[in-house]
Amino acid sequence: MASFIQLLVSGLATGAIYALIAVGFTLLWQTSQTINFAQGEFVMLPAFFILIAMNHGAPFWLACLVGIATSVVVLGILFKFIIVDPMLKHGVLPLVISSIALALFLKEAVKDFYSSQAQPFPVLVSAGDFHIFGAVISSQSLVVLGVAIVTVVGLHLMLNKTRLGRMMQATAQNPTLATILGVPVRKMVLYTFLVNAVLVAIASILISPIYLAKFTNGETLGMAAFLAAIIGGFNQVRGAILGGIILGILDNLSAAYLSSQYRAAFPLIILIVVILVRPQGLLGRVEERTV
Amino acid sequence: MLRKSLTLPATIAAFAAFTAAASAQSTATSVYMPAIVELSGGGAVSGTNYRDGMILAMEEINAKGGILGKKIDMPLLDSQSEAGIARSQVQKVLDNKPYVIMGPVFSGSVMTSMLLAQQAEIPQIVGGEAPAITQRGNPFVFRTSFGAQFSMPKVANYVRDGAKAKSVAILWVNNDFGKGGRDSFVKEMASRDIKVVADISTESGQADFSADVVKIKAANADLIFVYTNEEESARFLREAKKQGIKTPMVGETTLLGQKVLDLAGDAANGVKGHVGLTVDAPIDAVKGFAERFKKRFNYVCDHNGMKGYTAIYMVKHVTEKVGKFDSKAFAETLHGLTITPAQEPGILMEATWDKNGDIDRESFIGEVVDGKQKIVATLPKLGLK
Repeated sequence: MASFIQLLVSGLATGAIYALIAVGFTLLWQTSQTINFAQGEFVMLPAFFILIAMNHGAPFWLACLVGIATSVVVLGILFKFIIVDPMLKHGVLPLVISSIALALFLKEAVKDFYSSQAQPFPVLVSAGDFHIFGAVISSQSLVVLGVAIVTVVGLHLMLNKTRLGRMMQATAQNPTLATILGVPVRKMVLYTFLVNAVLVAIASILISPIYLAKFTNGETLGMAAFLAAIIGGFNQVRGAILGGIILGILDNLSAAYLSSQYRAAFPLIILIVVILVRPQGLLGRVEERTV
Repeated sequence: MLRKSLTLPATIAAFAAFTAAASAQSTATSVYMPAIVELSGGGAVSGTNYRDGMILAMEEINAKGGILGKKIDMPLLDSQSEAGIARSQVQKVLDNKPYVIMGPVFSGSVMTSMLLAQQAEIPQIVGGEAPAITQRGNPFVFRTSFGAQFSMPKVANYVRDGAKAKSVAILWVNNDFGKGGRDSFVKEMASRDIKVVADISTESGQADFSADVVKIKAANADLIFVYTNEEESARFLREAKKQGIKTPMVGETTLLGQKVLDLAGDAANGVKGHVGLTVDAPIDAVKGFAERFKKRFNYVCDHNGMKGYTAIYMVKHVTEKVGKFDSKAFAETLHGLTITPAQEPGILMEATWDKNGDIDRESFIGEVVDGKQKIVATLPKLGLK
């Protein structure tokens, strides 16, 4: 039982990080039909922004702020104006291919300009543990979980309780009608990219102490977030959150109780089952399109 | 039409000239010794150190006139830590008739490429530690570090006599390196009546070790033996510290490697193990090498850097002993040869290569104290012939 609780908490912590990344996926899709296959690399990159800032003498907290700000500029504003806007007018497929190319570019650029080797990354809190029902829960897992929950709740409140959030939702649901109602749709789409940039930067800060900062990190993270978004429902933020958490817990429990060699296969099995039984995802809604 | 017929041969000629220029070979003034190493992918830590060790030795030797008057020409080819790519890189350099081939470091890459070098009768100086490398009757493969079949008995003795453990949990990486080491270690444990209570395989490049750490904690072993590559070792140590594991941890060379210590930080404190090669060895020649390496590359060398450095000096010594650049004679001479630092200072420590290409040297028991490796005992050579 103690082991199960430890695995559950640890899986929740990892799953919460996947959820942050997956939420960004779904936000971009909903507002601009952007499927960003560079999302994993978007999580990998802020860690290096932070390390560069620390190499220039910034303390960790300041480096994190610099990393988030740089991410907003590079992964939010520049990504939208240089990649998304020119490509999206040609349809979704060219944009998908462009994002794959961008992922390769980011990966190789980090390898060439920083290092091909993993780099140590500071932890948010020093190691410590709590004993709950005989299980030893690490303080780091709890902090990761806490930060992820605060971020998701904050995002939820912003989207549902503020005028800005409602305008963003209106843009996502029906941009034409939103325009008629006076919502500045282009600005709302830009804000979504900025929100995604902040989410991936936070995910980067949380995951990099575990994964270490390395140019290949995006491969695993991008795949996990993509699967989480599909499992939970690509067109629902809450679906992405659920998908991420399911994936994190499943990964830990399957590695511990079934097989660590086949741990990567279990999410794919869940994905196949979801596609067969509920193609729109666990919490997704069916989208009808006219031809 | 005339223009077309002139253009085609000209293009072919230009392409031939280009490829000839691109593909180096031994010349009157240089000897072609290509290196296939892991410069990216999961083995980048090992490959980069191995490369830099070789580069330092090459620069030193070339500065003094080279080997038998020829400068070392050592192009670097990235295996990307993929066995298939390593094999194709070896195939590629074989077309240019190398004198010897340096690398790869990863055992899986060595296993898939060494048959090609054997067929071409070209010596291959490898960094791999999987036992099988030297158990296939290949007279052209030579190690630069202990195979696991020779290092594991030393680790096992420490587990029994030093740590006095009655039960162990094993965490290993599921590749040729890890599987070979794991098999040797389990065999040695059985022969010493030490119980293996958890046997956990992990994947190369694995990022999240939380489930593995929970499984190890549940096993409640007297000692944990870790046999994974550098980055995975560091991730495991960080996760183990995060989850408050207090059980002693023991490893073999990699776990106490400099890069692991850099990445794991204080999570590595208290780790002990057998170390085949280390810049912390209480040997003046090694300390001098470590200083030169640090000055040249601005980081602290690990055991792979020493492997690369001594490998180049081994090639120099054997070649000078043979008196000519003859690949077959090189391999024949190296079997059963002992090179001492008095004969060749660049070898750093006395080393012997046996009839299978296995290496024998002194080795060490190390412990990580305050983030640094500290050597606590020196173990004698095994006496291989």
